[in-house]
Order: sequence, then structure tokens, then C-alpha cells
Amino acid sequence: MFSYYIQLGLRSLRRNPVLTLLMVLGIGLGIAASMTTLTVMHLMGADPIPWKSDKLHYVQLDNWDINNSFYDDGRPPDQVTYRDATALMAAGKADRQAAMWKIALPIQPENPEVKPFNSLGRVTYADFFPMFEPPFAYGGPWDRKQDDEHARVIVLTKDTNEKLFGGQNSVGKTVRMDGVDYTIVGVLGQWKLRARYYDLTNGAFADPEEFFMPFTTAIDLKKRGSGNNSCFKTPGDGWDAYLQSDCVWMQMWVELDSPARLAEYKSFLDNYVNEQKKLGRFERPLNNRLLDVNAWMKDQKVVSRDVEVQTGLGFAFLAVCLVNTIGLLLAKFTRKSGEIGLRRALGASRREVFTQFLVESGVVGLSGGLVGLVLTGLGLLAVRALYASYKSVASLDVSMVLVTIALAVVSAVLAGLYPTWRACRVQPAAQLKV
Amino acid sequence: MLVMKHLQKVYRTHLIETHALRDFSISVGEGEFVAVTGPSGSGKTTFLNIAGLLEEFTGGEYWLDNVDVSGMNDNDRSRLRNEKLGFIFQSFNLIPDLNLFDNVDVPLRYRGFPAAERKHRIEEALTRVGLASRQKHYPAELSGGQQQRVAIARALAGSPRMLMADEPTGNLDSLMARGVMELLEEINRQGTTIIMVTHDPELAARAHRNVHIIDGQVTDFDDEPKLVQRPARDDNHVAVA
Repeated sequence: MFSYYIQLGLRSLRRNPVLTLLMVLGIGLGIAASMTTLTVMHLMGADPIPWKSDKLHYVQLDNWDINNSFYDDGRPPDQVTYRDATALMAAGKADRQAAMWKIALPIQPENPEVKPFNSLGRVTYADFFPMFEPPFAYGGPWDRKQDDEHARVIVLTKDTNEKLFGGQNSVGKTVRMDGVDYTIVGVLGQWKLRARYYDLTNGAFADPEEFFMPFTTAIDLKKRGSGNNSCFKTPGDGWDAYLQSDCVWMQMWVELDSPARLAEYKSFLDNYVNEQKKLGRFERPLNNRLLDVNAWMKDQKVVSRDVEVQTGLGFAFLAVCLVNTIGLLLAKFTRKSGEIGLRRALGASRREVFTQFLVESGVVGLSGGLVGLVLTGLGLLAVRALYASYKSVASLDVSMVLVTIALAVVSAVLAGLYPTWRACRVQPAAQLKV
Repeated sequence: MLVMKHLQKVYRTHLIETHALRDFSISVGEGEFVAVTGPSGSGKTTFLNIAGLLEEFTGGEYWLDNVDVSGMNDNDRSRLRNEKLGFIFQSFNLIPDLNLFDNVDVPLRYRGFPAAERKHRIEEALTRVGLASRQKHYPAELSGGQQQRVAIARALAGSPRMLMADEPTGNLDSLMARGVMELLEEINRQGTTIIMVTHDPELAARAHRNVHIIDGQVTDFDDEPKLVQRPARDDNHVAVA
């Protein structure tokens, strides 16, 4: 009978094209408004590396002013100092570890047709690559030995390699940056990162890096980072004073492969800070934190309050559209009272009439869902056009396509409940002159 | 086939009570062709609605094919209606956006017949009313007489024991009306019980028996059917009050 009801539903849509168009458009618009915002919110907050997000942990140490906490709610600073980052790297207590910071350097291309340009890069350790698993198109990452040797090597992103070498394999070639030549050891493939979760302090949706360079090599350049830098007292003059200061400007990640390793590392951090306290640092109470990827994203409010409000408004609009659909379905089903009476006379029970009209509501919802899907696609294109930084999260994935269709059908069925209930209460004798 | 004993039907509003049927008793035997007559508002329609299980009654007894229908739930009433009864309406009541095949298919769908059996029954019913070649046509493409024939085919397709017809020729010209009436008589000769409401004395005269209703009560009847196939059970012949 279900396929029969589907057939009847489709026939019914064709019977009143104007009414059908109004209902389908109503649901389609409501679905588009809600799904556009929900998609952005969903992708913003989605686990970026689900197979190991519980193993990667962000390190926070509270080296801040004893009289003023970094955050009002007492959370520790969102970055670490150079001293602590290098000390933790030297200790090597995690399964993998990578301190990192953001740098801006001018690139001077060999190709005279390409003008020099300023580029953003990530300074980090060799472990960054196996920890965060960016795909390589050519070559691979540098190794720990090259970290120790302050090697002048570099990994280019796909876009940078495209710009400098036309997308050819450039491994072994050199790139001149700020007057220094760096040998290319690897070129990344397309890295589909929605949120740049490993550096949320500088914006989860900020422009992507154009190269990666060894931490030790970059320190030799004596150039400050181009990302956030926070100090609670003046760092003093000169590069060395800055490195020894309590200014926080580096991100520190560790990979810990088991809860036991996590507990060990937490204990190690506590011991480290207690040792530093003896040296007169870390005057605040012990306040170390190791948050995994998802907890860190939540802590840093990757899904902003604005986006949550927009999503709420999107669903409120859907509710308005559904109220409108209830009215239209009522009108449609009321006009079919004669047919309902006839079907009841010919043997349809109330339950069968109820099912038939609920399926018809579902068919309206399915049609509205398909329209809504197209409109959602257009809505996301508009989001991408208006907000370049949302480019990575303004696209539909398979799960959201399915959610869109399911939401449309469920919404329409809910909207159809009352009109359907009314329809199945029709007294056949009142509709038919038997 | 149909027995009603001391049936009551009262419509109540918060102000008044209207007695549509009062102490209404009737018996229709299997194979009978009964014409129901009476002035407007006399209760003919209420009788047919209750007899067709489209409306509930407020007192008395109603036995349809030896089944007591009082207290039946909606599912059971719908199933009984689908299996035992066929309806022919004055205004045909075909569904305009279904072709003839699909219109005749409607009651069979609710019966749950497999597709092959439905197809066989539909084609047989349309052949019986002389419209087999037009099964893909839509109601609007047919004359009134042809539409009524489709309605009769729809009523017959499920092999009902009894047909309920309300002014089946009321919307037809005399030529078409004669054709429809002859078809009903043919159907009755093949064993289907027919109860027909009509205002037309000529049509009523062609029935085996006339039942006249006034003010919700049977006031006059011809107790000697012209042609009756005797029912299997005596209690199907309860005397009319």
C-alpha cells in the first residue's frame, strides 16, 4: 500500500500545481535557511581528525601574572613561551610533540615573471607532519635530525608550489625567502582542513599557510611571529630577552597514545612547573591543562555565539514556513473531503486515510527538501562569497545532504499531522449523497 | 442478507434532538431488488447510510450477512463495507484524476488483492459494463451514462453481496437511465442484492419490492417480493414492523 500512497501523493501534487508550488517553496525556503546555517555550524564544529582527535593534546601552562589571570574565568594562557616550548620539546616525554608558531616571510621567486610576495608560514618540528597528517604530493617532511641541525629546508603547500613551479615536482629545488635559500623537501597535496585547529589562537578560519619551516631554523632568523603575542610585563630589549621573557606566542601540541600516557605527561607537566616555580616563575597556583582536539575547539569557541544565533533564527524561519504549510495542507485536504468520503465508503479505514495523507505530506516534504537542497547550495555559495574565511565550512557534505532531506520530510509530516487528523475524521456520509 | 430491528437514529445538538429513524425494522433477503421511496427528509438517506455502514445508529439492532455490526470498530466496519457492499451514487463520484482502470482499482486496493487479481477483476468488471476498451480514459472523457457504468463496475469489482444505489439514474437522461437500469437488473439476476433509493415511480415499479419511508418509519411495503432467491437463514426474513 505504501507505494500506492506515494503514487497518490505525486498525483495530488500535480492536481493543484499552484498550491503545491506554494507548499514546496515554503518548505524549501525554510529548509534552506536552517540548513545553510546548520551546515556552517556543523562543519565549523566537526571533528577535524576523528581517528586520533583524542590522542592529540594542546598544552597550556599558567605562567601568567599572579594578580591577574589570563582569562577572567581563570583558564591558563592559550599559548606558551619560547622557554617552555623548547624545554618541553627537549624533554621529549610525549610520543610525538610539536611546538609551532606563525611567521611571515617574503618569497623571492626565481621566475622573473612572478613578483616577490609576502607569505605566511608555519614554523614547527618534524613531528608536526605525522601528528596532523597533511597529505604530501611530492617528497615528504624533514626529519628530527634536520630539526637538530637547523637545516635550511622547507615544505611548500600545494598553492605555493603551483604559484612558484606551476605545480611541478619541485623537491630538491630551492626557494629564496628573505635573502636565504631553502631546499624544498616536500610539497603538500590538497589538505582539506575546515578549521585550522592546530592554531586556533590565530583564527580557525584565517588564511592557510603557504610553507612549513623547521622551528630551529626559523629561530636563527630572529624574526618575531606574525600571530598573537601576549605579555603581562615588558619583555626587555633584544631578541634574546624576548626569547627568555614570559610572553606567550607559541602553540604546543603533544600526541599521547593512551590514557596512561596522558596521565604520565600530565604528571610530567606538573613536575616541570613545580621546578620552574623554584626558579621564581609560575607564581600562580598549578593550572596546567591538556585538552584534546575537540575540547580545545570548544574551549576556543570555534563555533561562535553569532553562528549559533544565526542557526536558531534559521530554524525559527523554518517553523514559520511550517505553520504556513499547515494552513496550506489544511486547505488542500479540506478540498479533498469528497474524495476522502468516497474512499471511506469504498473500504478505507480511518487509519488508511491517515496513512495516505501523511504519506502525501511526506511527498510534499521530499519535494520541498529537494528544492531546499538547491537553495541551501545557493545559500552556501552566498556565504562563501560574503565571508571568504568561511570558505572551508560553507559546503554540503553527504551527511548534511541526508539531514536536509530527512529534516524536510519530518518537518512536512509534522506539519501534516493536524490536517491529516482532520482529514481522517471526515464523515463519509456527510460528503456523499448515498 | 440485511436485518434491522427497532433501529433508532437520533441527531443531537445542544438544543434539539432530531429522530431521523424511529423503531425502524426491515429485512432484505439475498437476491432481492428493493426500491426505497419516500419524500425528502423522510429518512431514506439515513437508512442507506446506516445500511452502508457509513453512519452509526443510536439504538436497535443491525445484522448484515448474519454479522451484528453494532459496536464494531472502524477497522472492522471498513473491512465489512469493502467486502460485502458496493455503492452507486447519483453523481457517480469518480475520482477525476484517475483513469477508469485506477478508479475501479480503488476498493480492490483496500481489499489487499495482489496486482494480477486486481487487474483481472478490473478488466472483468469493465467488460461487464461495456467499457473494457476505455480503461485508460479519464472520467471527463465519458458521458454521464458511461460514468455511471464505471461506478457500477467499481461497485462490482470486489464481488459484493449487496449494492446500495442512491438515485442511480437521477443525473441521466431517459435513454441512459434505461441502460443503467437494465444493467442493474442484469446484475441482480446474477444474484447480487440491490437496495435502490429512488423518486421515480417507474423505476420503483421495476424492483421486486417497494419500501416506503415517512418520518423515519417504514409505512408501506410490498411483503411479497416479485422475485426472491430464498436466503439460507430464516432470521433474514424478520417481518417488517
